[in-house]
Amino acid sequence: MSIYEAIRAVVEEMAPDLGITVTESWDDAILDIPAESLLAVGRELKARGFDRLGMVTAVDRDEEFELVYRVQSRTLSAAAFVKTRVARERASIDSLYEVWPAADWQEREVWDLFGIAFVGHPDLRRILLPEDWPGHPLRRDYEDANVIKRPDYI
Amino acid sequence: MPLQIESRKSTVTEEGLPVEELVVNVGPSHPSTHGVGRVIVHLDGESITKADPVIGYLHRGIEKMAENRTYLQIVPLTDRLDYVGSMYANWAYCRTVERLADIRVPERAEYLRVIVCELQRIASHMMGIGSAAADTGAFSMFIYTFDVRERIIELFESLCGARLTYNYVRPGGVSFDTPEGWTDQVLELLGTLDASLDELDRLFFGNVITRGRLKGIGVLSAEDAVAWGASGPVARGSGVDWDLRRDDPYSVYPRFEFDVVLGENGDAYDRGRVRLVECYESARIIAQAIEQLPGGAVRPEGLQRLIAPPPGEAYDHIEAARGSLGVYLVSDGSPRPYRMKVRSPAFCNLALLSKLCEGHTLPDLVVVLGSLDPVFGEVDR
Repeated sequence: MSIYEAIRAVVEEMAPDLGITVTESWDDAILDIPAESLLAVGRELKARGFDRLGMVTAVDRDEEFELVYRVQSRTLSAAAFVKTRVARERASIDSLYEVWPAADWQEREVWDLFGIAFVGHPDLRRILLPEDWPGHPLRRDYEDANVIKRPDYI
Repeated sequence: MPLQIESRKSTVTEEGLPVEELVVNVGPSHPSTHGVGRVIVHLDGESITKADPVIGYLHRGIEKMAENRTYLQIVPLTDRLDYVGSMYANWAYCRTVERLADIRVPERAEYLRVIVCELQRIASHMMGIGSAAADTGAFSMFIYTFDVRERIIELFESLCGARLTYNYVRPGGVSFDTPEGWTDQVLELLGTLDASLDELDRLFFGNVITRGRLKGIGVLSAEDAVAWGASGPVARGSGVDWDLRRDDPYSVYPRFEFDVVLGENGDAYDRGRVRLVECYESARIIAQAIEQLPGGAVRPEGLQRLIAPPPGEAYDHIEAARGSLGVYLVSDGSPRPYRMKVRSPAFCNLALLSKLCEGHTLPDLVVVLGSLDPVFGEVDR
């Protein structure tokens, strides 16, 4: 059984009202979920052996932000990506800190560099940049006089 | 850097004596902070109630810079992540690019990658043990470990010309084949390595002062290690049996015999000792890899200099000296990545600092920090 099939089997056991769609990309399984069910999906995955939250990050998709979580299960020896999207204006989503404490610093990093607020995070402060830094640099529309765009011909 | 320090908590004891929390600043350029990092320590009398690391002093915005460079131009950036283990970041990045752009790597290049990365693991662990030892006052250990590290770095220098930022692993393969007699030099090093490691084990880990300083300090339970996303020697020191080389095998690792080293108590001593014993295992892997080393090219033929992967995203990770180092790349079909994210093990391990220091004294903070072995280039990116 491939990792994708193993994860598909796990997802099929989970509550159907969570709105999860599973797709395969390379040899990874991607769980696409609506933003409001993130916390519920996190709890369900944790209860089904996904005990590690490996990575939390975001991708700026112009109109909205895509949040990407990588969860690992040592018992299944498998990892899955959980993806969800939030609107760009006043972007916010539930924090996964109470499910996996590993989210602590990683969510702070996403807040710092993307400006996505994590509701329920115990200590949401900037982490890499100074507290008075203007803006969130990893947004595609971030502008800074010191950042010079390379010409396209290189 | 303006920073709000929480107002001190004042309480009154049963006898009516006022007690005030003491806030001590360590860093940013303190000799025992392992780079430019800072820790704000809250003390209740002698014992630490909270140790809040302030990071970002080395933040260069490598993820943002990557959006503006071609895939080959990013390899030198990855050198500057974990600057005592550059080969790892090179490799993790290249694996993701290869997955994204569907590039096949020649077998000889895979073997060379394993050899340099296991050598790098020894060099990096030597740095970790040496600086942790120096922090506890055993400065002479630093000289012993640097002797081993220096011999490895000289090998890297003859391989690719650089001593620190190698830029050696490239998408598709490695930059240079071995110079004549290089593998013999590696075997020569391995011949004396065991004796050096034994000596280190006896001198440092067998030392009664080291045991007194390190044992029982910063105890991390296996459950916490998993829940907090710790990896590498930090997690294995707590007995978490998880090593990507064996559990998510990549490259040619399934062809080698090696053991995953585990600690029992999850304290600073076990984390340090796991690093030392891992060096023996790395030496075993290198010896097997040199024995099996096939001939052939080290870069695939006809590889375009301007890589433009099809739109999509890919993630790949390797077991670096500090834990699982992952790179996530999103391509929009252009020759530059749309987004690059580095999942840094040092960053995730450092998040445990406050938890591990609770209840210990200020000198123990230095021991715990040393046992987490952070490299701030990778923490801050």
